[in-house]
Amino acid sequence: MAVPSFLARERIVARPGFNRWLIPPAALAVHLCIGQAYATSVYKVALVEHFDTGLTQIGIIFSIAIVMLGLSAAVFGTWVDKNGPRAAMFTSAVFWVSGFLVGSLGIYTEQLWLLYLGYGFLGGIGLGIGYISPVSTLIKWFPDRPGLATGMAIMGFGGGALIASPLSRQLMNWYDPNYDPAVAGTVPSGNAVAGLFLTLGLIYLVFMMFGAFIIRVPAANWRPDGFDPSTVKQKSLVTTENVSANNAIKTPQFWLLWTVLFCNVTAGIGILEQAAPMIQDFFRTGATSTVLAATAAGFVGLLSLFNMAGRFVWSSTSDYIGRKPIYMVYLGVGIILYVILATLGSTATWIFVVTAAIIISFYGGGFATVPAYLRDLFGTYQVGAIHGRLLTAWAAAGIAGPLIVNGVLDARGTPGELVAGDYRPALFIMVGLLAVGFVANLLIKPVSEKYFEPTQTDVPTTAAEPERSTVR
Amino acid sequence: MSHPASTAGDQPTTHTPTGLIAFAWALVGIPLAYGLYNTIKAASALFGG
Repeated sequence: MAVPSFLARERIVARPGFNRWLIPPAALAVHLCIGQAYATSVYKVALVEHFDTGLTQIGIIFSIAIVMLGLSAAVFGTWVDKNGPRAAMFTSAVFWVSGFLVGSLGIYTEQLWLLYLGYGFLGGIGLGIGYISPVSTLIKWFPDRPGLATGMAIMGFGGGALIASPLSRQLMNWYDPNYDPAVAGTVPSGNAVAGLFLTLGLIYLVFMMFGAFIIRVPAANWRPDGFDPSTVKQKSLVTTENVSANNAIKTPQFWLLWTVLFCNVTAGIGILEQAAPMIQDFFRTGATSTVLAATAAGFVGLLSLFNMAGRFVWSSTSDYIGRKPIYMVYLGVGIILYVILATLGSTATWIFVVTAAIIISFYGGGFATVPAYLRDLFGTYQVGAIHGRLLTAWAAAGIAGPLIVNGVLDARGTPGELVAGDYRPALFIMVGLLAVGFVANLLIKPVSEKYFEPTQTDVPTTAAEPERSTVR
Repeated sequence: MSHPASTAGDQPTTHTPTGLIAFAWALVGIPLAYGLYNTIKAASALFGG
């Protein structure tokens, strides 16, 4: 599928002297916008009341979006690698913003199916393409620090919710003065949410287009000053060869890494999904909890911070200690922390908070480090497409994590009456999952030569015509 | 932090204006700082703030 010339990869090849530090903010401009997907809880109750329906029907909007994220990342990954980051970011912006506009129309006209189609289906495609759009470009610009580069962008996905939550509350307060976010129990009107969707759509259009128009790809022979690729090759598991996306999914390494990501994400979601009620249940005496609702909300905020920070800090650390060892930390230390949480978590608030925060930092780190792990194993040729296919593990974990936790808790009692012991079976299931992930990571070995591309296949940028580049 | 790129060949060179880099980082950094501030404020409730 050809793209208009102003979006084409050959138009954005950087000339010598271009400063690569313009690339991370371009990537962040996209990821900070699509990260809004994690802030849907701020208007969930308003939609339930507006449509006079249940939480499940409203929750389907988010579920469709996450499923579409996984599917579109997998299906369009090769297209993204072929046409480059500007075409991908532009397309992502069109879908993501269209999702908000169609969703806004659905709320105004009280047609829930338009929200499914808009935010869920169209927005979900924007999410998937946007998530993978800057990844391979960042890896190519930062061959010396791929973990740092992808950590910065994927940190933006975590940061997007941090921005969207307070911004959404403020905007809904402007559109519906009767809604006061500081007062518990007040709910914004449906029209306020529709106005919010319209406003967010327009803001995200500006930001994402800015990212699309400042993004550049490096020329094929470009290297950072002082960078010697042979020093990277000396690390185990790191290849200078290239594997296509179609061949990558035939390798055991791809599926072992899929298992690693699935286990790490499922375990993290187990805590994230239940964070606020979980901390209250762990310190419940009889019908009341010693942890107030406001304190529980603070705990959720703290987890968001550690989720975001973990993406940057742990992924950057992986540049120094290696990808396989850092996943041994995520999964191995994660096992110990989950056991502490299950056995000692209810003895002191600080033990609960510290262990949960570190676990969530590993969850974020797992997301941010995986593109660099793929680069090490499969080269840069189609790393975006391979990453897209790997993200199906995220979609699967998004279903498995809540299923495990909710299934266990439903069997143990009624929400509002649960105590720490009721969470133990779910936490020990997570320990088992992390152990499976730990073993899968240990089994990852360098990719067999038979999967390597026969010649230098890092061609997308070599086909460029730098003299036509619009770069200044 | 700035790290100019180098490459072989005789292509015309370019210079990325420092102002553009600063603007781009500010555009993403300011909203992120706003989000961080609000989240830290919310998280402070955990420590009795």
